Amino acid sequence: MNLRRFNIERHLRNRMHTAWMLCSLVVVMVVPLLLFAGLAYKSLPLLSDHSVLSLIFSREWKPMSGHFGFYTFIISSLWVTVLALLIAAPVCLLTAIHLTQYARRWVLHLMHPVIDLLSGIPSVIIGVWGILVIVPAISKYVGPFFGKTVSGYSILAGSVVLAIMIIPFILNILIELFQNIPVELKEASLSLGATKWQTIKLVLIRKIMPGIVSSFALGMSRAFGETIAVLMVVGNVTQIPKSIFHPGYPLPALIANNYGEMLSVPLYDSALMLAALILFVIVICFHFLSRIVVIRSEKFQ
Amino acid sequence: MLMFCSTFIIAASLFLIFFSVIYTGMPYLSWEMITSTPKGGFYFGREGGISNAIIGSVYLSVGSTLLALLFGLPLALFMNVHLVRHKMLVNAIRFVMDLLWGVPSIVYGAFGFTIMVFFGIRASLLAGIITVTLFIIPIMVRGIDEVLHSVPHGLLESAYSLGSTKSETAYRVFLKQSVPGVITAVLLSFGRAIGDAAAILFTTGYTDYIPTSLSQPTATLPLAIFFQLSSPIPEVRERAYAAAVILIFIILFISIITRYFSRKYQGNKINF
Repeated sequence: MNLRRFNIERHLRNRMHTAWMLCSLVVVMVVPLLLFAGLAYKSLPLLSDHSVLSLIFSREWKPMSGHFGFYTFIISSLWVTVLALLIAAPVCLLTAIHLTQYARRWVLHLMHPVIDLLSGIPSVIIGVWGILVIVPAISKYVGPFFGKTVSGYSILAGSVVLAIMIIPFILNILIELFQNIPVELKEASLSLGATKWQTIKLVLIRKIMPGIVSSFALGMSRAFGETIAVLMVVGNVTQIPKSIFHPGYPLPALIANNYGEMLSVPLYDSALMLAALILFVIVICFHFLSRIVVIRSEKFQ
Repeated sequence: MLMFCSTFIIAASLFLIFFSVIYTGMPYLSWEMITSTPKGGFYFGREGGISNAIIGSVYLSVGSTLLALLFGLPLALFMNVHLVRHKMLVNAIRFVMDLLWGVPSIVYGAFGFTIMVFFGIRASLLAGIITVTLFIIPIMVRGIDEVLHSVPHGLLESAYSLGSTKSETAYRVFLKQSVPGVITAVLLSFGRAIGDAAAILFTTGYTDYIPTSLSQPTATLPLAIFFQLSSPIPEVRERAYAAAVILIFIILFISIITRYFSRKYQGNKINF
């Protein structure tokens, strides 16, 4: 009798737990839809007045008179992101090759906590570091080197800071990719008389090329949405940057800087939510792209 | 040679970040700084410390980590025990999690703000906790999922053959088997929660006081750094530097106990 009650209790508990698990699954799965719906709902008032294309390609940003053109901000974002990727990509690739092919084991063991720590540093701290080190370095050394007087708060500072933030992210993926290459592939290449560098360049990198591209795409999407660290060093001037020493004003910085006044100006909040929606859509596109690259290459092999 | 240089650059930049921030902030770190709230406004007042931000940050991140654990742990167990036969579905969930992980925190912040406006709540601790929870759930789920994924399949079958129900298998076998990994994942998301600024910029607000209820705005360390660093008054900027040092120490501390846990509880594992 007691055993039976015990069993009933167990199965009831099982039902309860399963129900809660299902519930949390549904809640979490609904989040992306909610994100999209919420942001789209808030940006509708603006979209009903102007078309999306005219908003994206218009240069005029005058919230007081109802002109919301995102072109300047999108271009700034692209500058910062692409430059950050240009800095981070070679460093990551070389480091990954070094750690997995050339270095001794203990170097990799030593670098693991370093990478973990680097990826765990809050973006505000990296921003503080940018202000303390990168910005003065640019205005004192890098700017004069190219014969310019600059304040240091520039696209370049923003992308250096961003590069530091996406390096651990890309590097982790790359190290994993290199470690998962079958050893036979490397041995076959070496036995055919290829040098180590030839093996790496012509066999290993070619083998994981889709993975590398997809990791760069993910790093880029991460860089695109990074807010606080960039905001602190990039200068925030509404203009289309002419060189990397000019200040810029990326999209996330725009959202973060104007939240205080957005409720007092008509349509302003709608415009900022549209900016967030653009960010969201771009990041999701990048994720799908990188996934497609990986899946297609798997089919191909 | 170039490769060695790039490895060195990465390691060096980590130490440069730590060194420059700690070097600048350390002189301003005092007992008074840690234990007193700012006097005369956080932006203009020259006196006082940052205890409001420290305590606010702890409230916020503990609250949101617990809330995320409430949803994240069952979800990860569900994926690895109940849905273990539905590979496609689990992979789809993983993809959505990766996607959510990639969504910038400022988007979560903006979304949290929309919800707040929709329900008519002011910037408050509660709104911040909810936003940060949404932000760290994917990190936690992916972390826990990764460890649970490595639990051998035979364990599942032996648990079933002994007559245990699915949820018993999940909580008593799978969870126990991967406790260190779960703790690591939870600490990792705690670190993210305490360090993120963009998601709480709209939602928690900022104040000089220590919050006493969920509906009050709350100061947090990242925002304490961000706001006070832009102040023209040097004494206020000193507070920002001190806050940066404290934040770095917290992150370092979390990372050290993470390593400690993942070493210590290796012994509980059943090895095949």
